[in-house]
Amino acid sequence: MKGTRKRFDVWTNISFLIFAFYILFLALPLFTMLFKSFYNGTTGDFSLAYFVKFFSKPYYTNALFNSIKVTVCVTALAAIIATPLAYIMATVKIKGNSTIRILILLSSMSAPFIGAYSWILLLGRSGVITKFVSNTFGITMPDIYGFTGILVVLTLQMVPLIFMYVSGALKNVDQSLMEAAESMGYSGFSKMRKVLLPLITPTLLAGGLLVFMRALADFGTPMLIGEGFKTVPVLIFNEFISEVGGDDGFAAAISVIVVLFATAIFLLQKFVANRKAFTMSALHPIEAKKKKGIGNIAAHAVIYLYTLIALLPQLYVIYTSFLKSNGRIFVDGFSLQSYRDAFNNIGGVITNTFFLAIVSLVVIILLAILIAYVTVRRKNALTNTLDIFTMFPYIVPGSILGIALLITFNNKPLAISGTALIMIISFVIRRLPYTIRSSAAILHQINDGIEEAAISLGASQMKTFFKITLPMMLAGVVSGAILSWITIITELSTSIILYTGKTKTVTVAIYTEVIRGNYGVAAALSTILTVITVVSLLVFLRLSGQKEVSL
Amino acid sequence: MSVTITIKDLVKKYGDTTVIPELSLEIKKGEFFTLLGPSGCGKTTLLRMIAGFNSIEGGTINFNERVINQVEPGKRNIGMVFQSYAIFPHLTVKGNIAFGLENRKLSKAEISSKVDEILKVVQIEQYKDRMPKNLSGGQQQRVALARAIVIRPDVLLMDEPLSNLDAKLRVDMRNAIKDIQREVGITTVYVTHDQEEAMAVSDRIAVMKSGIIQHLGTPQEIYQRPANVFVATFIGRTNIIEGSLTRQASSYSLHFGSSYSEEISNIQLPVSNKQAELNVKISVRPEEFIITEDQTGMKATIVHSVFLGQNTHYFVDLESGQRVEITQESKTAQILEPGQIIYLKVKTDKINVYDATGELNYTRGDQL
Repeated sequence: MKGTRKRFDVWTNISFLIFAFYILFLALPLFTMLFKSFYNGTTGDFSLAYFVKFFSKPYYTNALFNSIKVTVCVTALAAIIATPLAYIMATVKIKGNSTIRILILLSSMSAPFIGAYSWILLLGRSGVITKFVSNTFGITMPDIYGFTGILVVLTLQMVPLIFMYVSGALKNVDQSLMEAAESMGYSGFSKMRKVLLPLITPTLLAGGLLVFMRALADFGTPMLIGEGFKTVPVLIFNEFISEVGGDDGFAAAISVIVVLFATAIFLLQKFVANRKAFTMSALHPIEAKKKKGIGNIAAHAVIYLYTLIALLPQLYVIYTSFLKSNGRIFVDGFSLQSYRDAFNNIGGVITNTFFLAIVSLVVIILLAILIAYVTVRRKNALTNTLDIFTMFPYIVPGSILGIALLITFNNKPLAISGTALIMIISFVIRRLPYTIRSSAAILHQINDGIEEAAISLGASQMKTFFKITLPMMLAGVVSGAILSWITIITELSTSIILYTGKTKTVTVAIYTEVIRGNYGVAAALSTILTVITVVSLLVFLRLSGQKEVSL
Repeated sequence: MSVTITIKDLVKKYGDTTVIPELSLEIKKGEFFTLLGPSGCGKTTLLRMIAGFNSIEGGTINFNERVINQVEPGKRNIGMVFQSYAIFPHLTVKGNIAFGLENRKLSKAEISSKVDEILKVVQIEQYKDRMPKNLSGGQQQRVALARAIVIRPDVLLMDEPLSNLDAKLRVDMRNAIKDIQREVGITTVYVTHDQEEAMAVSDRIAVMKSGIIQHLGTPQEIYQRPANVFVATFIGRTNIIEGSLTRQASSYSLHFGSSYSEEISNIQLPVSNKQAELNVKISVRPEEFIITEDQTGMKATIVHSVFLGQNTHYFVDLESGQRVEITQESKTAQILEPGQIIYLKVKTDKINVYDATGELNYTRGDQL
């Protein structure tokens, strides 16, 4: 006697189709990259030559060491700054609490390199603050370029991520746990160290991983502010793009090293996190209480000061976008000249960005719904593999995925490099996880019984999905989709590799204008991008009915 | 259009673990049948096999003559009420109830009149256009029930439908469910772990443990003549006392330890058993003890008492050291104090006598 239900149904076919998509556009490019890293194009031999070259020259190994140094420092510093901020926000009633949360979130939603270039304008050799300090006090400010600059920019960019993770975890800590600790004689710092910190450790590990991967992959920041301080993404970009002596194979080899390193960190994190994992849900969450006196003033000061510093680069960019400029130099007085230039010269990039982002988003929503459904509701070997595939974009830095796609689809029969299609594919692969995660999360909350009820009432599988499951999933899908959207329009590291004149996006345009020194136009475009981001974020908060975003 | 459900040698396996080994059962047409047992006994598994949500690894399930093993759940013409209610949160009460009808190619007017009719039966007409989130637990329960029976199913399946309700509402709803079932006359299979609920609603009950039916019978049979010690302890409260049984000329003598014996006639030993004396387990429910006035029977010491209004429960230590629970109708006189010595007898027509393993009931049921 066989089972009463056919396990081979329409969802199996859908799983296979999505699986094929990932094989073609993720597995194949990564495999091609691996292949190229061993293959010598001129002699046709396979060897470890590229790897030997990398590890034998300090120029290259230094870059790897620099990357690790930056990444570790940024992750640690972001956690050290974000955790107290989140704790203060959770326990002390801060005036304008929800606005502050949105502002902090907003500070992480621009492309990091915009922060880098703004800090150069503020603290660079001829930065506003640098000049002000040296003119007024005669003091020469420490150098913002190199390691310090990257650390400042990336840390400010990453703090909001950990801040949101920890805030979420604190919401699940029951007040009674704190009270229990107090009743047993722990108070103040020892209470935090013995009880609160262990409780949020799994969250810190999860947030830390996300920050680690982003910091490792970031390309724009070290490119602009790093000067002599080279990191691996810069190295890969230079090796791949450089007009003289650029070498695909060598770039591929470095990429392989980075991906292996990232995978090792990812697995290590999973191993540690699994051992520390537990679930919490608070009956009585910790409440923000009104504090009095010096504590209250100090808490407000810390929160407001941090928010101001985090937003300073974006605010300054917006300010400069309205300045009159003469060539590359800002002069006194205000004008809309930069906006006119932006629209006249490169207005097409805005249309491009919207076209690419909207098409990508439609594909993302469609795929995410289906992937979330098959991985949550139809667990089998195929969908488990699919689940792992969807996690790859966390590990593979954007510039590396860009290179992998380019070297794979440069030749027939799949010569799609330089087209909008390859841009869309890269956006879809990289930004799908946000929508998948939120869709899967809401699907986990929908009781299996609901679908069984529909089926027991005679509805077909498809009808059950479209009439019952999908309408219930929609809120989760939308909230994830808006995150995907915001991260698509601020994407740089893949686009910079894949773009052509016809598919140039706003972010790429800002980057190239900054490189050329057209700060006015760059500022105007950044401002436009910020406005789009803010509007999207507000729509998100409105639709999801939440006061904050969970990543 | 109720059906008879015939289950024959049914097997359920998850991998190498057998959850239900060769279970056979017949559920009569129009009957309110309950699967009762502790969690993990296989009752929900069996229900979901009847519904078609669990695969069948052996044996058959018939609805009348039709074998339904390979029939899709949607084609079995079942109505199911879920523990979580599984109300569609994005549809109104009316939308929820009409959902099944819309799959049955009926005209709009027919659907509308059937929905109105069933809303009346479950008494929630006034909430027709509400969204589920604006309904109380009991009202949601009624929607779930209405949605399941409006399609005129051959079989109504209910999986712990009352476990999410508070105690008072649970009693109200179980009466409502029983009334509605009687009114529409559908063969009903009901799963619960609550023995009181099972007794209140069922025509017949199957008490399950480890995928095996321990006792199949009416609520009265199951309470008064439980098939084995497990059923006796699971249904209601009872005290199991070790004792022995000796043959007399025309009856038996039942010994509770050394000091107390009773003559008991409604005993039937297996024909193969020729022993003159056997060790037995005696199940005495708290209300089957009598406190004697003349100091005959088992000596016991009061340990503590619980006054519950109508009845008073005493926890007492027997001479053997065993602690037993007894129930007496509350009197206006003083409640017995801890340390006080009392003497106990049992109601011989009500108690049950089992073999030493607790698996076989020697007591005959016909002298109830």
